[in-house]
Amino acid sequence: MDLSSINWLLLLASLMVAATPILLAGIGELVTERAGVLNLGVEGMMITGAICGFAVATQTGSATLGYLAAALGGAAMSMLFGFLTQFLLSNQVATGLALTLFGLGFSALIGQSFVGVQGIRVEDLNLGPLADIPVLGPVLFQHDAMVYISLLLVAGVWLFLTRTRGGLILRAVGENHDAAHALGYKVVRIRLMAIAFGGACAGLGGAYLSLVRVPQWTQGMTAGAGWIALALVVFASWRPWRVLIGAYLFGGLTVLQLNLQAAGLKVPVEYLAMSPYLITIFVLVIISGRSRASIGAPATLGQSFHATT
Amino acid sequence: MIRLEKRPTPSQAWTWATPVLAVLLTMLAGGLMFALLGKDPVAAIKIIFYDPLFNPQFAAYSRPQLLVKAGPLILIAVGLAMGFRAGIWNIGAEGQYIMGAIFGAAVGLAMYPSDSWMIFPAMVIAGAFGGFLWAMIPAVLKVVFGTNEILVSLLLVYVAEKLMAAMALGPLRNPEGGGFPGSRNFQGYPAASNPELFPNSGMHWGVVAAIIAVIFGYILLSRHLMGYHIRLAGQSPRAARFGGVSPARLVIFCLGFGGALAGLAGIFEVTGPAGQITTSFNTGYGFTAIIVAFLGRLNPIGILLAGLLMALTYIGGELASFMLGLPSAAIQAFQGMLLFFLLGVDVLSNFRIKIGREGHA
Amino acid sequence: MLRRTFLLATAAVVGLASAAMAQNGPVKVGFIYVGPKNDGGWSQHHHEAAMEMADYYGDKVELIEQESVPEGADAERVLTQMALSGANIIFTTSFGYMDPTINVAKKFPKVKFEHATGYKTAENVGVYSARFYEGRAVQGYLAGKMTKTNKVGYIASFPIPEVIRGINSSYIAAKKVNPDIQFSVIWAYTWFDPAKESDAAQALIEQGADVILQHTDSTAPQAAAQKAGNVYTFGQASDMAEFAPMPRISSIIDVWAPYYISRVGAVIDGTWVSDNTWDGIGAGMVGIGEISSAVPEDVKAEAEALKEEIATGAYHPFTGPLNKQDGSVWLAEGEIADDGTLAGMNFYVEGLTGDIPQ
Repeated sequence: MDLSSINWLLLLASLMVAATPILLAGIGELVTERAGVLNLGVEGMMITGAICGFAVATQTGSATLGYLAAALGGAAMSMLFGFLTQFLLSNQVATGLALTLFGLGFSALIGQSFVGVQGIRVEDLNLGPLADIPVLGPVLFQHDAMVYISLLLVAGVWLFLTRTRGGLILRAVGENHDAAHALGYKVVRIRLMAIAFGGACAGLGGAYLSLVRVPQWTQGMTAGAGWIALALVVFASWRPWRVLIGAYLFGGLTVLQLNLQAAGLKVPVEYLAMSPYLITIFVLVIISGRSRASIGAPATLGQSFHATT
Repeated sequence: MIRLEKRPTPSQAWTWATPVLAVLLTMLAGGLMFALLGKDPVAAIKIIFYDPLFNPQFAAYSRPQLLVKAGPLILIAVGLAMGFRAGIWNIGAEGQYIMGAIFGAAVGLAMYPSDSWMIFPAMVIAGAFGGFLWAMIPAVLKVVFGTNEILVSLLLVYVAEKLMAAMALGPLRNPEGGGFPGSRNFQGYPAASNPELFPNSGMHWGVVAAIIAVIFGYILLSRHLMGYHIRLAGQSPRAARFGGVSPARLVIFCLGFGGALAGLAGIFEVTGPAGQITTSFNTGYGFTAIIVAFLGRLNPIGILLAGLLMALTYIGGELASFMLGLPSAAIQAFQGMLLFFLLGVDVLSNFRIKIGREGHA
Repeated sequence: MLRRTFLLATAAVVGLASAAMAQNGPVKVGFIYVGPKNDGGWSQHHHEAAMEMADYYGDKVELIEQESVPEGADAERVLTQMALSGANIIFTTSFGYMDPTINVAKKFPKVKFEHATGYKTAENVGVYSARFYEGRAVQGYLAGKMTKTNKVGYIASFPIPEVIRGINSSYIAAKKVNPDIQFSVIWAYTWFDPAKESDAAQALIEQGADVILQHTDSTAPQAAAQKAGNVYTFGQASDMAEFAPMPRISSIIDVWAPYYISRVGAVIDGTWVSDNTWDGIGAGMVGIGEISSAVPEDVKAEAEALKEEIATGAYHPFTGPLNKQDGSVWLAEGEIADDGTLAGMNFYVEGLTGDIPQ
């Protein structure tokens, strides 16, 4: 094996790109879950975002409009879930899975005329002198805007949850919806907003795949990324910065695994390909073993809320 | 103002009527979608729901196939329902299904070409053990380290898939297969195969096992102490702890039971309808079974019916797809709709709908 | 192995005998695909060829298709239902349909089956495949000529004979014109996963590869190469012309339509008999997409000459002297590989590094 053939700087740079879709979807799902809602339909919302974003971007030539459409598409999809689980009080696990099934089928239907269409070119952000810094420049400062937006989003969610009244209410709803209701908060309305935010973020994550990372439309192109995003939220113990760590860890391992293969590492390929999943589990075990008290899902996660008074 | 009022006990009438209502609503909404796609909605709906059961051209074959398709779904869903009732989230039945198939198949292939009668039973035990073992990973991690079982069981699905590819290309590859991936086909190895028990009945050992699992699950939940513990833990974890229910035992039991049943589904599938381990042996039964479990309201009898209904949409959907030229994506969206309606109208069995200004409950 | 010419001769004889069985009314032709009809690669190509066949015969045939059929038990059910619906001939277009095809064929002796890329035949089951490795040799030649870093990246799907054949064939051709050439192979363990293919291409490019060959079906590697700049790629399964002239400098195209037209024609005439077809550039089953303007004229001319030689049979991509990876002799000077070895190829030729996953 020739490890020196791996360009570690470029690897770090492509790690950020590889991690962005799951980071976006993960941070959205985190907000949803902190409000006490378990939406397993991330994959369905991502793929809907991927086609909405791709369709609008190729029609208008604007990536911004594409992302906007993707966020709207993802949010619209999530509202289907929101309506069923919040108003009709359906089971969240099953409804989320149904959303994934529906999203995969629905996106494939509306995407039929976009197969084989060439994607638009999303330019890297011009960060001027920052991009020219040796070593750090190419790794950190030569990406497209969405990479930075996803980072800002993580920071924003963290600020919102820990430093604002709105965040406090959202967490209160997730921890004890009956108490929050008794205090006069509109549990259902707050949860719907959290679900919509989750849907919009998942949509953005899907659009990042179809606009930047791949860039093209094919049905089923998310290929399980939504499930990884879900796992990330758990991995992060429902904390925003840990979603970032998890996404970059997982993205990094996926990219590294391919680089090691290309460099000719003498480890059977199948086992190398398993490594991102196994290492993620391993890291989670270490985290959960060390700080047992601190992990824990929002107390009402997955439970339906029905106001009795 | 429309609001919901909780019924003291679920309405018996609506419990039976909601699935029918949901299917009718799906026919309307799905029909609209098919019409928008330029297909005859009436024909499409008829092909999906009626033809697999009654069309003289297909029914004799399709009806038994319902059992073949529903068998693994029911078997896995019964196991999962135990955990879901206790609040233990095994999302990784797909991985346990794969491992059951690999373990069982490995035992059978190691014995090739012996024709002892013990081979098939040994494979079945190995299959159940494989699924059990794979489920024990999240179970033990949860009990010992408090690691979340959703994440571990889910990620282990991907690990199992990679392992399956490695097996199909490596140790379990058919030495007479000309270098192509895939194990020997069990259909050509009678001592290790799981054929139809009666010609054209669709009944194979996996279907038998599914029926036994339904009965066993029903008795366990309604008559057995473990079932009581499971229900108690799901309704009120704290009360369960005071009541002497060991959470660790419950985790081990629920994940292990679910894993073993998923493993059984895997071994019966690989020795029967699928025939061999390939790089694409798994087709999502483990995930679909989660939906089936909830559609059946986590009740074994309900799961039996839900499994059959899901199977009908698969088989009818295929017929509609090639007879009318419907894209398979439309069938997928149609299934999604059916699930939405089934889950949505379920509200009627637990709640009364009140129209008017908010009054006194 | 049976060759097509031999079979055509037999077909003519049998044809006379069974002409009386010729069809009345439209012939119902079934196709099942492993992916969606518009996957942009393998399944789409079969689907388009099926449409071409249907257009060719007009109302003499009725086409029924089923997409996204998982291999295994589901395939067996779909095939049975198609046969029950009155199909006269069914094309099963993925390797994993092999055993289901054979099983269903047993139950419906009057229905004809054609299985792509497999090796099991029966009285009513024929098999067909294309000698993609011939196209790979042309690609390898271009790769050897065009690379400046002498590093070629190869995105492989699964370690099966067809893929290994492709790697060997392109490596042999590249090595001939560029003795310093090095191949890096990434096994993606998927036929189609755009994000993963994109990552794989990225990893190869970052390690200095400036030519990417792919044996996976999406255009994601093309897009990755386009973004990177000076990297050359080749279309796979379809022409991928939207990426020409750069990075896509040529392609291998599956050309199934003529085969479908001839086989369905045989059913219409009542002359169909089981066959084992393995055709290449010469018979037109493998097409080489236009070599783009990014390739210098002289290199292009030589590549086309090579293609011509392969087409006429004057040159075989696996011609000795060739050693296996471990240094043992495989083919002596001037010796040509036999089809049996090629069909089950499970070793690298000398010079390739890394192991084939086992």
